[in-house]
Amino acid sequence: MFIAILYGFTIIGLIFSFFKSREKTKKALKKALKSFGNLMPQLSGILVLIGIILSVMDRNMISSLIGENSGLFGFLISGIVGSITLIPGFVAMPLISSLLKSGAGYTQMTMFLSTLMIVGIVTLPLEIQYFGKKVTYKRNIACFFFSILIALIIGRLI
Amino acid sequence: MKNIYKIIKIYKVFIILVIANIILGIFFPKIGKDSALITKGNVLEMLKVIPPVFVLLGLLDVWVKKEVMVKYMGEKSGIKGLILAFLVGSSAAGPLYIAFPIAGLLLRKKASFFNVFIFIGAWSTTKIPMLLFEITNLGGKYALIRLCLSVVSIVTISFILVNL
Repeated sequence: MFIAILYGFTIIGLIFSFFKSREKTKKALKKALKSFGNLMPQLSGILVLIGIILSVMDRNMISSLIGENSGLFGFLISGIVGSITLIPGFVAMPLISSLLKSGAGYTQMTMFLSTLMIVGIVTLPLEIQYFGKKVTYKRNIACFFFSILIALIIGRLI
Repeated sequence: MKNIYKIIKIYKVFIILVIANIILGIFFPKIGKDSALITKGNVLEMLKVIPPVFVLLGLLDVWVKKEVMVKYMGEKSGIKGLILAFLVGSSAAGPLYIAFPIAGLLLRKKASFFNVFIFIGAWSTTKIPMLLFEITNLGGKYALIRLCLSVVSIVTISFILVNL
C-alpha cells in the first residue's frame, strides 16, 4: 500500500517537474542514477552479508548479543559501532530490519541507527575544519547523549 | 579490460561475500542455501522501493532552491529560519560529510549558527527520501516516532551548542 502511494507520488512529481522544466527533470534523473550508482557497491555487499549473518547466527545468538535483554553491553556495542562506521542510512536500514526480525532489540537498533546518522568519529577531522575543535566535540557528544535518550524512549514505546 | 578491473575493484566487497557464500554452501549446503534465499528476498524487496525513492531524491535536490533560502536563515530569522533550515537539510542528497562544506558556505553567507546546526541535524537524520525508505523497512509507526524524537533532539542540541 505504502509502496503504491510512493510510486504514485513520484510519478506525479515527475510529470509536474517535466512540464515545468525538462532540463531540470533530466538533471534530477541523472542525480537519481548517480546516487544509486554510488550506493550500489555497498548496498549489494550488505545484502549478501545480511544473508550470511542470518543463516549462520540463530535467533538466540543475535538476541543475546544485541537483543532487548542484552544489557549495557549490547547497548554500548550498538552505539560504538554506529558512531564509528560510515555506512549510509540506505544501506543500514535493510540490515536493521533483518536483525530486528531475527531477535535484535529495538532499543539497541535505534541506538545504532541514530548514532550512525548523526555521530561521526571518522569524519571528526573534516568537521573540525569547518566548526573548530570545541564545537565539533560538543556536537558529537551532545548527539551521542541524545541518541541514548531516543533509543531508550523508542525501546519503551515500540 | 581496464573497465572490468575497475568494476571488480568497486564491487570487491560484494564479490568477496558472494564467494564466501558459495564456499559456505559447499561445506554447509543448508546454510549456504538459506543465505542465498534470504539475500534473494531482500534484493527483490529493495528493487521495489529503490526506484521511486531515488527519483524523489533527485527531484528534491534539483527543485529546492538552497541559495535563495539561505537569505532567510540569518541571525534574526526566528521560526521561519528554523523551518527553512530543516527543509534545506531534509531535501538534500548525499552523506553527512558533504554537509560540512555546505555548512561552511552557509556560515559565510551569514546564516546563523543555530540554523546551520539545524541544517546539519536535518541533513543527517530527517532526509525525506531516507524517511520513506525507513517507513518501508522499519514501519510507519517506528519511523514517525523516531522522526518526532529526532526533530526535538536536533532543535535542543542546536540550542545547547549555541548557548553553552
